[in-house]
Amino acid sequence: MTVTIPLFRCFLLFFHVVVVFHLVSATELTFELADDDIQCFFEEIEKGEKFSLDYQVITGGNYDVDCSIVDPGAKVLYEESKKQYDHFSHTAEKTGVYKVCFSNEFSTFSHKTVYFDLQTREEPALIPEMHNRVSALTQMESSSVLIHEILKTISESQTHYRLREAIDRIRAEEIHEHVMYWSVGETLILFVVSISQVVMLKSFFTDKKSIPGLGF
Amino acid sequence: MSPFSQIVFIALLSSLSLTRALYFHIGETEKKCFIEEIPDETMVIGKYRTQLWDKQTAAFLPSTPGLGMHVEVKDPDTKVVLSRQYGAEGRFTFTSHTPGEHQICLHSNSSKMALFTGGKLRVHLDIQVGEHTNNYPEIAAKDKLTELQLRVRQLLDQVEQIQKEQNYQRYREERFRMTSESTNQRVLWWSITQTVILLITGIWQMRHLKSFFEAKKLV
Repeated sequence: MTVTIPLFRCFLLFFHVVVVFHLVSATELTFELADDDIQCFFEEIEKGEKFSLDYQVITGGNYDVDCSIVDPGAKVLYEESKKQYDHFSHTAEKTGVYKVCFSNEFSTFSHKTVYFDLQTREEPALIPEMHNRVSALTQMESSSVLIHEILKTISESQTHYRLREAIDRIRAEEIHEHVMYWSVGETLILFVVSISQVVMLKSFFTDKKSIPGLGF
Repeated sequence: MSPFSQIVFIALLSSLSLTRALYFHIGETEKKCFIEEIPDETMVIGKYRTQLWDKQTAAFLPSTPGLGMHVEVKDPDTKVVLSRQYGAEGRFTFTSHTPGEHQICLHSNSSKMALFTGGKLRVHLDIQVGEHTNNYPEIAAKDKLTELQLRVRQLLDQVEQIQKEQNYQRYREERFRMTSESTNQRVLWWSITQTVILLITGIWQMRHLKSFFEAKKLV
């Protein structure tokens, strides 16, 4: 049994999908910030929309970064220095392009990996026609919406744990490597120092004519 | 309109260009990389749109023919999974087969343009991972699902992704534990080795110097 949808309804669907697609915006990215570098991201936000920014430093140096958010009128909404992680939410007062900048300019040689999650706008409905609901949701439907929201929270906390675990794991791997290098280095230094000690002592006694009891 | 053409319609719409997404600026020859840490068998869809800076109008051109981006994706073992050239606007997709950190790198192919404009590019980017890659209107149309059925399908996808992430977590924890135990072993063996070398060197030094002083008749 095939269901044919009249052309008009198709256009309505088209219109809704177009509109809905342009409303989706939750971007999470992990990028590398070189030393003495600044990286900015821009997002167009409408007035009255709530947006939130979460960021965390995953690798590098003292695990800190400078972050700032500037609104279209060049007003600084948020500015923090050397933070390891933070959360900021705000309701946009102006329509326009908001700028989020991460800066590693205070660091001279450590490059950092930064994760950030910029969420703007409400999550759109699952299929566009849901926007046009006239009746209230049934209990089944409202329970499933609730489950959906809870699962989203679980997913977000999984991301949070994954990031924290990544920080520790990468640091452990660095220690693993460094232990090897330092041990080899120390052994070499040990040999060099002991041999040169003996050589130097010998040289003291061979240069001067042997005077018994004099040794330094 | 037949269901098939409906699906085609919706599929076409799903690959619509981005007009409102996060964007950033890169230099013409600059390479920008993003890291995605994902469990295995996870699909990642990336959509981007590039605009070139025009010095004359001091604005970003809406479209530039000939402008292209090279997309390279590397898996956790630094093996190249995807390496393709796309136009100014593109959509790339890959599925991870090993869990871990995948690196998505983008750079412009306009080596000739760099001489003339020496300018910057604006890249609009949107990367979706896991269950966010599913196109629910398309699935609803294809399988003819009601809203509730579609919602349940979405919940199933979400739960599946959560499960994959948990398996990945277990795998990571195992690796972490192995690294820590290996570090422990290394520290132990190197400490013993260095102490032994220290003792041997000390003894050698004393014996050598003793025989040297005896030869010099100082002792």
